[in-house]
Amino acid sequence: MEIKEIQNEIVDEFSMFDDWMQRYEYMIELGKSLPLIDDAYKTDDNIIKGCQSKVWVHAELQDDKLIFTADSDAIITKGIIAILIRAFSNQKPKDIIEADTHFIDEIGLKEHLSPTRANGLVSMIKQLKLYAVAYQTQIN
Amino acid sequence: MLDINKIREDFPILKRKVNGQPLVYLDNAATSQTPKQVIDVIVDYYENYNANIHRGVHALSQEATDKYEQARIKIQKHFNAAKTHEIIFTSGTTHSINLVANGFSSILEKGDEVLVSAMEHHSNIVPWQMLCKRTGAVLKVIPMNQEGELLMDVYNELLSQKTKLVFCNHISNALGTINPIKEIIKKAHSVGAAVLIDGAQAAPHIVADVQALDVDFYTCSAHKVCGPTGVGMLYGKEEWLKKLPPYQGGGEMIAEVTFEKTTYADLPHKFEAGTPNICGGIAFGAALDYMNSIGFDEIAKYEHELLLYATQELLKIDGLKIYGTAKNKTSVISFNIDGIHPYDIGTILDKLGIAVRTGHHCAQPIMDFYKIPGTVRASFSFYNTKEEIDTLVSGVERARKMLV
Repeated sequence: MEIKEIQNEIVDEFSMFDDWMQRYEYMIELGKSLPLIDDAYKTDDNIIKGCQSKVWVHAELQDDKLIFTADSDAIITKGIIAILIRAFSNQKPKDIIEADTHFIDEIGLKEHLSPTRANGLVSMIKQLKLYAVAYQTQIN
Repeated sequence: MLDINKIREDFPILKRKVNGQPLVYLDNAATSQTPKQVIDVIVDYYENYNANIHRGVHALSQEATDKYEQARIKIQKHFNAAKTHEIIFTSGTTHSINLVANGFSSILEKGDEVLVSAMEHHSNIVPWQMLCKRTGAVLKVIPMNQEGELLMDVYNELLSQKTKLVFCNHISNALGTINPIKEIIKKAHSVGAAVLIDGAQAAPHIVADVQALDVDFYTCSAHKVCGPTGVGMLYGKEEWLKKLPPYQGGGEMIAEVTFEKTTYADLPHKFEAGTPNICGGIAFGAALDYMNSIGFDEIAKYEHELLLYATQELLKIDGLKIYGTAKNKTSVISFNIDGIHPYDIGTILDKLGIAVRTGHHCAQPIMDFYKIPGTVRASFSFYNTKEEIDTLVSGVERARKMLV
């Protein structure tokens, strides 16, 4: 599936919820299903700066697609990164670079998009895209 | 007894809603809310006598100067300083500490020692580290126990003829511990060391009498005592303030300037370069008036009740642990729940309209001491109620159920 299709799917899922509580409960569930990073990659180098909780992300190229794994010590943060990874993992670097992230707004997590927000959603998106740029350069 | 409902009427912000819920503001240790009596003073300043001070011959300038200097006297009286010019207006506690640290650059020598407590805010650590780097002095730490109390016997051992400065907060922002500053000051003086007490967290709860304490420097910020942000004060004994060189150069702090030489103004202006936060200074005075009209004894008594009640109720929650259990503490509760990150709890509480602080509270060494990433911190003020504590407790319980 393309990134846009996955994003629409996520938006559809979140539209079923009436209130924030259900959205957060779902996000916590998603956090529990996050494809976890191998402990070997849980290094300081892989920590995303700008988060109040710790977030580690690892990326590797399999064939022409980028596979992300991650972890966090906070469960809501894990849920947010799980949503991002579901949209961006197993995609071509070029598509990741070009993807827009408007869907975060549509699923009612707009407040997390503020650059001053301590969870660093913006930093996470930036980091995923940076990985994509790095691997795209490698492919070229 | 305080009439809390009447007091709450003074704070317009307490009526607002957050995320559709009535605001429960429990982040008072970060900043206090502003009563309309202080807001009115701010509005009055800009509507009626906004002008630059100490310079103009015109009426507005004179009026603003008078009000600003009256505020200085209010602050002097509040802290019982011997002289008005021992009160320096600053932008806040951080500025005050940097001013003193900078001044000691020319006094400290290589091998001198400075002592700092283990429970300091970063703003009372970093300026001293920078000072030590500049001068070659050595920074030593007064350790604390698991309850969050300073080990006074170790402090005694650390003190020596080499000790030139001791820094300590009056009350810890992360743990709420009230430190035995009178004893700390007395012992430091017995070896000839000067003492700076960071009163940022103490000012909203306790009135420090700087003469009775015999403290060399005491600082606080207006925004923790119902005043505006961006203004605070440094108290310094006259002999020290005369000894320290100016911190920043500019207008206001000079007596005479030629390109060859500048002579500095007398105290307090020597340390007040540039146009100050005039409105902020005046509002700072009004904020102290407001708090004194309520009465610090009554405030302390009521906040202690809130602390006991909140402690008792929070501890009923499964897996909840409180950090900072000193015998002598103010209305600050830092806590975690087993297996849950403080950030997650804070996020859920925010959704419920409850404002708390999460994270390391600018006191990473304390978090390292307890080997935790941070805590959730609820801090109570005299305008908070037991009902709000009930809302907090049920919110934390709800968060716990969602997050475990």
